[in-house]
Parts: sequence; C-alpha cells; structure tokens
Amino acid sequence: MIENLTPILVGTLGAATPLVFAGLGELVAEKTGVINLGVEGMMLIGAIAAFAAAVSTDGNLAVGLIAGALAGALASLPFGILTLSLGANQAASGLALTIFGLGLSAFIGQGFVSYSLSGVKPIAIPLLSKIPLLGPVLFNQDIVVYLSFVTFGLVAWVLAKTRLGLVLRAVGESPEAAHAIGYPVIAIRYGAVLFGGAMAGIAGAYLSVVYTPLWVQNMTAGRGWIAVALVVFATWKPARLMLGAYLFGGMTILQLHAQGLGVAIPPQFLSALPYIATIVVLVLISRDRKLLQLNLPASLGKPFIAGG
Amino acid sequence: MPLLEPRANPSRLMQWTAPLIAIVLTLLVGALLFYSLHVSPLKAFYVFFIEPLETSNGWSELALKASPLILIAEGLALGFRARIYNIGAEGQLLIGAICASGVAIYSNGAEAWWVLPAMVVAGAIGGGLWGAIPAWLKTHFNAEETLTTLMLTYVATLLLSWLVSVPWRDPGGSNFPQSIMFNDNALFTLLFEGLRVNTSVFITIAAVLIFWVFVSRSFTAFQIAVGGQAPAAAHYAGFSSRKTVWLSLVISGLAAGIAGAGEVAGPVGQLTLSLSPGYGYAAIIVAWVGRLHPLGIVLSGILMAMIYIGGDAGQVSLQLPSAITGLFQGMLLFFLLGADAFVNYRLKRRKPRSLHKKVTA
Repeated sequence: MIENLTPILVGTLGAATPLVFAGLGELVAEKTGVINLGVEGMMLIGAIAAFAAAVSTDGNLAVGLIAGALAGALASLPFGILTLSLGANQAASGLALTIFGLGLSAFIGQGFVSYSLSGVKPIAIPLLSKIPLLGPVLFNQDIVVYLSFVTFGLVAWVLAKTRLGLVLRAVGESPEAAHAIGYPVIAIRYGAVLFGGAMAGIAGAYLSVVYTPLWVQNMTAGRGWIAVALVVFATWKPARLMLGAYLFGGMTILQLHAQGLGVAIPPQFLSALPYIATIVVLVLISRDRKLLQLNLPASLGKPFIAGG
Repeated sequence: MPLLEPRANPSRLMQWTAPLIAIVLTLLVGALLFYSLHVSPLKAFYVFFIEPLETSNGWSELALKASPLILIAEGLALGFRARIYNIGAEGQLLIGAICASGVAIYSNGAEAWWVLPAMVVAGAIGGGLWGAIPAWLKTHFNAEETLTTLMLTYVATLLLSWLVSVPWRDPGGSNFPQSIMFNDNALFTLLFEGLRVNTSVFITIAAVLIFWVFVSRSFTAFQIAVGGQAPAAAHYAGFSSRKTVWLSLVISGLAAGIAGAGEVAGPVGQLTLSLSPGYGYAAIIVAWVGRLHPLGIVLSGILMAMIYIGGDAGQVSLQLPSAITGLFQGMLLFFLLGADAFVNYRLKRRKPRSLHKKVTA
C-alpha cells in the first residue's frame, strides 16, 4: 500500500489543479456577489485556445497558459455585460455561457482532434524533493502545480489582508453601501468576473496542455460545475477550497488506480463517484443553513444597477 | 456611468419582441460566421432553413425533433416560472429512456399490446423519480438544484454507459455498446409510410394543451408563479415553497422521461449511448425563447428543431462542422438574455442639470 501511496498523492495534486484554479477564480467572483455558472464553458474555451496556441508553438507551455487565460477572460466578458451592465439573471446567463462555450470549443476544436502534445516534465526542487513521501508529492511537480500554490497564497492573502480584499468583500456584502462610499461597484465586479474567467481558462489550459494532453470535445466533463460546488463546500474560504479540490483530485486518482488494480466494480460506477460525492458534499454543507447564511456573500446572485 | 434605468412597469411589448431581436442578431452573427468560413451566407441560410423544408422528409424530421424539445421545455418552463432551475433534463431524459428500454428488453418476444404504453409509463416514472431526487435534496437539505440536477445527469450518462456495455448489450451486436433492436410492439407507429415521424407527436400535442390549461386555469400553477416572482408574497399567502419545488422538479422530470421513452421507442429504436443530441440542454433555451409560455414554447421548439436540422444539412452539403448547432444555440440564449434586459430596464435619458445638483447637494 505504502509504495502505491506516493503515485496516488502525486496524481492527486495534478488532478486537483484545474479545480484549484477554476475554484479560486469563482470564489473571488462570488465574493463580490456574482455567481457565474459558466465556469464549465470558460474552461472549455480556455482548453481549446491553450491547446491551439501550444500546438502552433511546438508545445510552448507559457504561450498555452497565457492563451488559455486570455480566452477564459474574453469568454467571461459577455456574461459580465449581460449580468453587470444589463442586469440579466446570473443563473441563466452563466448557463448560456456554458452552452456557448461547449459549442464554440467543439466548433474550433474540430480542427485539432488529431493533434497531441508531449506534456510537461516535473521540476524537482533541490533538497525539498528528497523529503520522504512529502518531497516527491509536493516538490516534484510540474510548474503549473507550483503556480497553483502561489495563486492560492495570493488570493488568500489579498482577500484576508489587503485593502483590495476588503473592497471586494464590501462589494459582495453590500453593493449599495460600497456604492455610497464611492467605490465603482460595477467596475470591481467586472474585474472579479474577468479574473474568474482567466482562472477558469488556465484550469482548462492545464487539462488540454499538461494533464491529458490532448483536445477532446467536452473534455472538462463537469469539472467546471464541480468547481462551482466546491466554492459552496468551502463556504467561500480559500483554504477550505484547496482542501476540497485535493479531496476530489484524490477521488479521481483512486478511481483510476482501482480500475488498474482490477477492483471488481464496473468502471462506470467508479467514474460516477466524483459526481455523487459532489452531491453528498453539497448536502452536508447546505443543510446547515446557519453556517451557509453566515458565510454567503450577502448580495450573491442579485443584480445591482447603480441609481436603480 | 450607468446606462440603464428601471422601467416603472415591465414592457409587455419587449417581452415578446426580445426573442425576435435575439433571432435576428443570431442570424446576423451567423452570416458573419458563414462568411468567415468562406460560405456564402445566403446559400448557407438556404441550406439551413429552407432546403430541409422542401421535402416531406424534412417536415417529418422537423416534427420528430421539435416534439421532444417542446415536451421537455413545457415541463422546464413550469419550474423556471418558480425560479427552480432544473438544468438536468438531459439526465431525466436518459433515465426515462433507460426505464422504457427495460420494459422493451424484458418483454422481448411477448407480442402484447401493452408493451409500448408500459414503456411510456416507465419512462415517465423514471424521469419523475430522477427529478424527485434533487427535489428531496432541496427541500430537506437546502442543496442547490442547479448543481444537483446537473451532477445527476453525469451519473445518468454513466449508468446508461454501463447498461449498454454489460447487462443489456446486444449479444449479437458485434460488441457495440447498444441494446437489441426493439420489436414493433415496442415502437410508436409511423404516421406516414417511409417517413420517421410517429404517433409520439400526439403525446407532445396533448402535453401542450394540458400545460396550457394548467398554467392559465389552475390555482396550483398560480401559486408556483407567485412563488417565483414574489417569494415573500407567496409565503405570506401561505403558499408552500416545498410543494413548488416538488411539483416543478417532478413534473419536468416526468416530461423529460416521456421524451426519452419517445426516442428509444421512436427514431432510435434501441438503447444506445447517443440517443439524445442534447435535447435536455437545448430545451432550456426553448423554454426561455418561448417566454415560458406553453404556446410560445411550441414556436421556439420548432425554431430549435430547425437549428438541429439545419446543422445536419450544413454538415452534409456545405461540409460545415457539426458543432455549429451548439454555437447557434448558445448565441441565441446570449442575445435573448441581453434583449430581455430591456423588458425591465430602459436606456437612461440624460437628466436635467438642476435636478442633478439637488441630488448631490
């Protein structure tokens, strides 16, 4: 068992990384009061943009990631215009973004189905990677996994310790008050939505350029929706989001290993586990209404039209 | 600088003009898209929207595709009125198809008349139960139905995949993940010789009438709508929000389940992985474009069926990618939501200066 543990934990971090990026992005958007159900669509658009960019630059990872982030942010823009400037229903607009993203990525992706990339080699951090068990798990990963650690640190720090974080939270808690003090509520929400889009784009880029690394239609397979659920599970706290993401990453990897070890359960049942677990996790958190009310950004999902 | 200001009353004119604006904008962007793919937009629109309707087969296909879309959207619209967002109709459709197929497979060989009716009932029960799970999770545990209905769709897809690969796989079917072909008594009767459209369209027609009467005449439907538009008022009037959740999700699941039964007992004729081209998702758009109105949904369902058929035709005769259908669907919903803003808001007119000073002073 113990000799299996290291590859399982190493894989867990990789499988969790898209959830970390997409979840952190959605968390920031929701902190300002905007729930974007288009994460799945933005991830898909990010995935195909990154894959296309990486293929045409001989597998350049940086180009892929930047293309993914830009495409994700660009994809979030129509959602922002609809919900922030035109006061449209956030749930419906997010859903529209997911349907659009599925269609657009499949449309662009039809030309890229036969390509493949070589993936990305892990970078061992000297000394640290030699620590038993923890070393190879935490310090012998690809650069994007390290980048996810940094992103988590930055998001957690900005939200909790900085003036910007305070403003973001204020806009989510009481947009009217923030507006009255003179903060540009709509502009701040645009910023948060674009950030969420860029993060979802990077999450998709990681899938298509590093993790798989192929383009397959609808390759996110619900990860965007799981990321949205994780934000609720995390009660809008970045550290808990990381925990949730690694839990789900672990489940994905365990399921793959179980299939490899010939566990006598149909593979479809094992594949269904992350989705069922998402429901279980949602139920566990949501049934505690007080806990949810206490942490929920007060204006979440409600449109704000200045002077309206 | 805010661009919009609320209207005193929602504009009824905009309510019904918005879908037309959305269709025109989708066509305009579509024309640009065709142009950029080096296809003459006029020719493309001809192939997409006119050519399929020049043959009786085209009309048959239109009815065949519009029927499940309308049926599912009627159910979804009921919930959407109450702001219960069931986005897992695709999963409810698949479970309906699975239950109906179960009846067909286990009764295989029995030359009984009851097989087809039993399939429809099984499909309805299956879809209804699959909708009941998120309703239970919402009423008892406060879990968001958007996420649970969607997660259950992935579970339904995997269940289908297991069934057609292991227990229900056609033993004589060269290892393809699909069931046996169903007997004639497990299939809807064709309406016209040589065309695929079948008697299941009458179920949809009946459903439209039932929903129309239900929405315009029944007190329950009124309670549901009030619950969505003014939750506080509904609560004050003593309308149960739990009842609304249960009704919305079970009825929409039921309708989707029947649609699933209609596919396996209709054009598909067996249980396969690819029995639905995303009808459950497209029906969400159909419901909104049809203004959540039972008759509006008929029109938008026909439009959506045309987009599906056009996509197929464009693939065959213009070599356009098949994913163009999804792209059109997404654009249509985007533009509709944008145009919808003008139901409740209007462009802000410049205020006179004196008034502005008073506010700031």
